[in-house]
Amino acid sequence: MNVKLRVWRQKGPQTAGQFVGYEAKNINPNMSFLEMLDVVNEDLTKRGQEPIAFDHDCREGICGMCSCVINGEPHGPEYKVATCQTYMRSFHDGETITVEPFRAKAFPLIKDLVVDRTAFDRVIQAGGFVSVSSGSAPDGNAILVPKPDADLAMDAAACIGCGACVAACKNASAMLFVAAKVSHLNLLPQGKPEKDRRVLAMVTQMDEEGFGACTVTGSCEAVCPKGISLNFIAKMNRDYFGALFKAGPKPAAAAEA
Amino acid sequence: MNILLRLFTSSLGKKFLMALTGAGLFLFVIGHLVGNLQVFLGPESINRYGHFLQTTPEILWPSRIGLLAFVIIHIWTSISLTLENRTARVTGYEVKELVAASTASRTMIWSGLIIFAFVCFHLAHYTLLVVHPEFRDLQDAHGRHDIYQMLVLGFSSYWVSGFYVLSIGLLCIHLSHGTSAMFQSLGLKNAEYACAIDRFAKVVAVLIFLGYISIPIAVLAGVVK
Ligand code: FES
Repeated sequence: MNVKLRVWRQKGPQTAGQFVGYEAKNINPNMSFLEMLDVVNEDLTKRGQEPIAFDHDCREGICGMCSCVINGEPHGPEYKVATCQTYMRSFHDGETITVEPFRAKAFPLIKDLVVDRTAFDRVIQAGGFVSVSSGSAPDGNAILVPKPDADLAMDAAACIGCGACVAACKNASAMLFVAAKVSHLNLLPQGKPEKDRRVLAMVTQMDEEGFGACTVTGSCEAVCPKGISLNFIAKMNRDYFGALFKAGPKPAAAAEA
Repeated sequence: MNILLRLFTSSLGKKFLMALTGAGLFLFVIGHLVGNLQVFLGPESINRYGHFLQTTPEILWPSRIGLLAFVIIHIWTSISLTLENRTARVTGYEVKELVAASTASRTMIWSGLIIFAFVCFHLAHYTLLVVHPEFRDLQDAHGRHDIYQMLVLGFSSYWVSGFYVLSIGLLCIHLSHGTSAMFQSLGLKNAEYACAIDRFAKVVAVLIFLGYISIPIAVLAGVVK
């Protein structure tokens, strides 16, 4: 099949960018979207032109590196699928496909379709961890986890941190990502000691990075390659206000510090 | 960190305040509707109700002050969040695909601001009586302010009724999204009853719409006169 591409090309953060047209000829419909870009890039390289820069790594939908807004939808037209697992058979022959980078102030553009998503890393660093005691290996069954909790935590942990939620949201809000990361640990007994501190710290970091707030439009959930549910945002809100309004007696040690 | 500071400065905190005040205003919208529907019971009923409210300052003033505070917080948080949301995306997309986002959810700020403009007019019209100062002199047989007559006269104007129906329509759209989003922002939604809340929001919004517009329609149709 043949498709026409309109790709956002921008040399660097400071230079102005524009859409450039390319033709992808003789494309196997069973190629992934990224393989199609590889073919285009090979051709560009042969002709001595700068290939299109795009992010990718695992190409099997688990690392969260691939991005791109394809025809106005982050990760393209298919439901619960990342760009790397979007196949050319999802498009029709002769179609013009517009490819843009994820757009958000918190995701500054690096080059062409590549954006800097380290804002997510900083949110994780703020609270996306559990404290473990070092020393000999703990007994595997020492902490009991109810199966439904483990399953729900697993659903939240399925988030690959690609940032499609931010890209799709009209407010460039990162709530779905942060909610998934907060819930994933807050649901488990291992995450309990830092539960309150975690949600407060991660939400504060999210705000500092300049993401917008949630209007509950549901776009994020709809484009999420892992189908993270909007209900995790409600859970994050619950945890946040729980942490905020909890005011038991303070330990004397906290008063001295 | 201080709770109040978090509530008034963080994104989640502002959403919380918006939802909480929204819940209060939602209850007011229902209470006000129930009060107004008394117009169908005849002049005696609604005039007695109006007289009771106007002569009971211990209910009237706390409600007024509370509502004003709620409106201020609701509007302040919405404008503040809207401005922050705007700056979160500097460069827009060439191709805009509205994935899953309903029109109601994308236009909350506009439906809200138009409803606010309507509320200002509505207060000037029926509470402050500045639009028709002669409404002040309407009295019923018991010497009470004749609210029934005031409603009939007020809604007899096509443009007053038209603006009213239009604004209530926007309120219906606003609430069809707002009521369910309110539960979400307060953290009171989960997989068990999320669908039920979404449906509840839509059904209640339509009921509120039908309830309110029944009054000007009844006046214009001559059912209430
Ligand atoms: S390249 Fe790893 S998820 Fe797409």
